[in-house]
Amino acid sequence: MAEAVVQVRDVHKVYERGAERVDVLQGLDLDVEEGEFLALMGPSGSGKTTLLNLLGGLDKPTSGRVVVAGQDLSRASRRDLARWRARHVGFVFQFYNLLPVLTADRNVELPLLLTGLSRAKRKKHVATALELVGLTDRADHYPRELSGGQEQRVGIARALANDPTLLLCDEPTGDLDRETAGGILDLLAALNERFTKTVIMVTHDPLAAERARRVLHLDKGALVEAASA
Amino acid sequence: MRFFHLLWRNLFRRKVRTLFTFLSIVVAFFLFGILMAIRHGFDYGVQIAGESRLLTIHKISIIQLLPIRYQSQIGSTPGVANVTHATWFGGVYQDPKNFFAQLAVEPEKYLEIYPDYVLSPEAEARWLATRTGAVAGRKLAQRFAWQVGDRIPIQPTFWRPTEGRDTYEFELVGIYEGSTPDVDETSFFFRQDYLMERVGDIGQVGWYVVEMEDPSRADEVAQAIDAQFANSPAETKTTTERAFLRDFAEQVGNTGAILMTIVGIVFFVILLIAGNTMAQSVRERTSELGVLKTVGFTDRAVLGLVLAEAVLLAVAGGVVGLVLAVVVIPGLEPLLVAFLPVFYAPPAALAAGLGLAVLLGLASGGLPAWFARRLQITEALRRR
Repeated sequence: MAEAVVQVRDVHKVYERGAERVDVLQGLDLDVEEGEFLALMGPSGSGKTTLLNLLGGLDKPTSGRVVVAGQDLSRASRRDLARWRARHVGFVFQFYNLLPVLTADRNVELPLLLTGLSRAKRKKHVATALELVGLTDRADHYPRELSGGQEQRVGIARALANDPTLLLCDEPTGDLDRETAGGILDLLAALNERFTKTVIMVTHDPLAAERARRVLHLDKGALVEAASA
Repeated sequence: MRFFHLLWRNLFRRKVRTLFTFLSIVVAFFLFGILMAIRHGFDYGVQIAGESRLLTIHKISIIQLLPIRYQSQIGSTPGVANVTHATWFGGVYQDPKNFFAQLAVEPEKYLEIYPDYVLSPEAEARWLATRTGAVAGRKLAQRFAWQVGDRIPIQPTFWRPTEGRDTYEFELVGIYEGSTPDVDETSFFFRQDYLMERVGDIGQVGWYVVEMEDPSRADEVAQAIDAQFANSPAETKTTTERAFLRDFAEQVGNTGAILMTIVGIVFFVILLIAGNTMAQSVRERTSELGVLKTVGFTDRAVLGLVLAEAVLLAVAGGVVGLVLAVVVIPGLEPLLVAFLPVFYAPPAALAAGLGLAVLLGLASGGLPAWFARRLQITEALRRR
């Protein structure tokens, strides 16, 4: 059995909005093995994105432990978390979140600016990432010059640029039509199968979830195993 | 340098807004360069006045004359190395608007005590040989297109000749230059003996310039000079040349303080403009800052990026403004030469301007950068 790259133990996440207390995650446990493709489903407000944020070190649990790629994220400082993210996590967002002032290749280069790589090596990494997503010919295009699907591919290339341990995708097809979404899911599946990238994907879409090898449902702050592909 | 492209592109996300802010900064630093040149012009005398020189004037006012016989008495005062005198002529050349300083002096001694005025040995020899000879500063000669050998008629206002024509006709025997850019090159010097010849030897001069053996004994020497003429009909007041010029400049008003107040107001306004630009720019890209943090930029790196962007804008505007001032100042010089004998932005003021640009950048970017640093990623990503 492969080693668990994600270990979540008894995690609680509570938000306080004024006098109101919202228990988003309630004693959640989760193991994700290296090379898995996991889909997290659930209704709005069930805590999917909160969990994804905890796994990516963007937020901290109120209590419990989150260990990803050997790092205890619940105890790390903001600075350590930033450095850890740069090395281990690639994020894919629903609305792509590309920087509009940068061309596709410059967007992909962003995480590499934090490494010690020379400009020439960074360019090589960028070219490889863009080739993987099939957008070599769009390298010098600005996001406004790309279709939604192409923007998301650039987003995936940016997430891959650092060769991260984990790909975290928050509704990666949520803003795309069915056909384009299919292409993006094919790409994520290929990355998982060919390069054994661990992929955790939050989605509302059952068809998207079908592409994952394991699907978990989040409901009222707890996880329920749904099906195995 | 690896972040330069990102900084540059971010600056131009709103081209028109950045351009207007940039132009505001350019104008502010252009104004700064011009005002610093004016301030330097007002201060020039104070800056070059030697601490080793004393000025002895009439105790009541500089316009009161002193007896010529004081020269030998001052010269024999302990601590005095050399002494000469000068007399304000105040004549009119062609038109009262053509104002410039005209002083009657003893050529040899005056040039000895003021080595800042550089005159060729040939010109000095001509001056000594020509009783009506005069020398003019380089800028003054340029202003009126004078050449050596020209006859320069000057109408007196109070030194009326006792006989002959009313006009003084001088022969330009030389053109002096300043030993540094700070030396006045707009004065006109002629011989005291020619003045005395025209007005009858009245035995009086304007003031004395005293060179000391040891500048550290200035107070002692000054007191010794004044003590000799105490209770006489023409009591004296002796101070260092620098102190005298500073007091004189302050009679006009504290120009330095006035100019610095203007600079302060201009920069406060520019700070608000540049600060507003940066604040808007950061607010508009809150989610992008969240993305940067998501991909691994630390809080400090994001703070540095925003600050660097503000500094880049301020320094670019500052450099262009200062360069523009340096280019324009020589063009303004002929218009101002009658009021400001020295008019240029000194390197120290330009360096201060550059420092001010960095400070402006840090101050205008400080608050937005702090906001960017404190931004929570999850909060930032929610804003689109």
